[in-house]
Amino acid sequence: MSYDVEAIRAQFPILQQTVRGKPLVYLDNAASVQKPQAVIDTIAQVYSEQYANIHRGVHWMSEQTTIRYDKARQTVASFINAANARQIVFTRGATESINLVAYSYLEPLLSAGDEIVVTELEHHANIVPWQLLCQRKGAVLKVLPILDNGELDLAQLPRLLTTKTKMLAVAHVSNALGTINPISDIIAQAKAQNIPILIDGAQAVPHLTVDIQALDPDFYVFSGHKIYGPSGIGALYAKVEHLEKMQPYQSGGDMIASVTFEHTDFAEYPQKFEAGTPYIEGAIGFAAAIDWMNQVGIENIAAHELDLLEYATAQFRQVKGLTIIGDASEKSSVLSFLLDNAHPHDIGTMLDQHGVAIRTGQHCAQPLMERLGIPATARASFAAYNTRAEVDALVSAIVDVNEMFG
Amino acid sequence: MDAELRELYQEIILDHNKNPRNFGELDPHTHEAKGHNPLCGDRISITMNLKGDVIESLAFQGQGCAISTASASMMTEALTGKTVAEAQSLFEKFHTLVTTDDRTDEDVLGKLAILGGVRDYPSRVKCATLAWHAVDTAIKGDASVAKTE
Ligand SMILES: Cc1ncc(COP(=O)(O)O)c(C=O)c1O
Repeated sequence: MSYDVEAIRAQFPILQQTVRGKPLVYLDNAASVQKPQAVIDTIAQVYSEQYANIHRGVHWMSEQTTIRYDKARQTVASFINAANARQIVFTRGATESINLVAYSYLEPLLSAGDEIVVTELEHHANIVPWQLLCQRKGAVLKVLPILDNGELDLAQLPRLLTTKTKMLAVAHVSNALGTINPISDIIAQAKAQNIPILIDGAQAVPHLTVDIQALDPDFYVFSGHKIYGPSGIGALYAKVEHLEKMQPYQSGGDMIASVTFEHTDFAEYPQKFEAGTPYIEGAIGFAAAIDWMNQVGIENIAAHELDLLEYATAQFRQVKGLTIIGDASEKSSVLSFLLDNAHPHDIGTMLDQHGVAIRTGQHCAQPLMERLGIPATARASFAAYNTRAEVDALVSAIVDVNEMFG
Repeated sequence: MDAELRELYQEIILDHNKNPRNFGELDPHTHEAKGHNPLCGDRISITMNLKGDVIESLAFQGQGCAISTASASMMTEALTGKTVAEAQSLFEKFHTLVTTDDRTDEDVLGKLAILGGVRDYPSRVKCATLAWHAVDTAIKGDASVAKTE
């Protein structure tokens, strides 16, 4: 069956709009994707038909909502093929998931002189929590460099992984360049030396089928808003042996087994890490988004996006003065670029005038920009609902910018 | 080309971007400051010679978008020969121009008024004010890096 992109588009009400008098061409999908009607309806339905606090009521509404929330956890677990739904902790997103691992897992284990290894292409979310942890404990942050084409320089990994390494944190897919990292190999190397590994999957799950049991990292994190779900909800996957030992992240209601003024027994995981009333409708919307992706088929979405990436890349190569930043052999649907004559911010503002929304700046990856010796890039990124006609609109707008600044 | 677009990227702005005035470093200079917009990576450095309270000469260099480069370039022209008090008053008026719909000072601002177009692009206001913040920092003699607010 061929991919019917118009049928997909029709499910996204926001795409029917005009912006600055032009049809919206939304190409900022790596920052956040738009939401299909199925997700919008699910969240509206929770509020209008089935909502109460969870895990505390004996009444019907609370019980039903609890069942739905727990089912959402199962849906997220199945999405990445986790063995058990209890291995999924709901968080606010990839950022909070990484912070949770830094505080609850690593901090108690880390000593002065220990090392944490990240890579040069990480999002700030996978740098700063580790950096602050190092500062608190007198540990050292080490960095795996990249090659000029945006791939990790894996030849240098063995040198960085030592007996002092207490965590290796690596993006599955780079948000700024689109590089798909060979995490299978990287996880295997970490394992061979008993080094815990966290994979930042925020940019991977929108485009790749993830089999957590096959990959078997210690931790895997991602966000709902990048896979057609609500913002403010995300997930942490962790191995059971870690979940059992990790200390609570925040404390309060919902994460306890019993409380006296002298002592508190914590609930079992994952509740132990979910203090307070959670984002109930967010978790249910997250699951609705996964159902939607499964219905369309992640492989189908990925194939469509890859077609757009190749189509756009070929056209970009024809544009005078345009340089594509990031030329890894395995790439997701991200195109970072520069123009000789126009700064990324001017490109962004001018494209906006054509109704074309792209991201410009450092993409929360300032160290990567420094490494590449550039102040910023313009970035177009594609999702399930984008079309070749939108790529044409993008390219023609870029040609206009070139003329004006030429 | 859109009328609205022409309004922001006017010929004057494109020209100052391509041929920035007073570009470089004054050697020697009495005051200096750096400006950094962490959001977009724009960096600017300002050098200035103050004689008494008059800005005798002013130069900038750095890497930025057309809006920040043109704004810095036009600012160096506008502030050369002004007193510190006049410069600070102009900064206030410029800030009002790019952040509000109040256009009462357009006449006083002269050529600078064309940067008023950025008021419709809130994310770009910082680009237009970066050099001004740096000058403000330099005048106050604060050695730290100026940040856009
Ligand atoms: C690679 C990567 N990691 C982490 C994050 C942070 O995700 P969130 O802001 O949803 O917590 C992002 C989002 O931009 C990302 O692209």
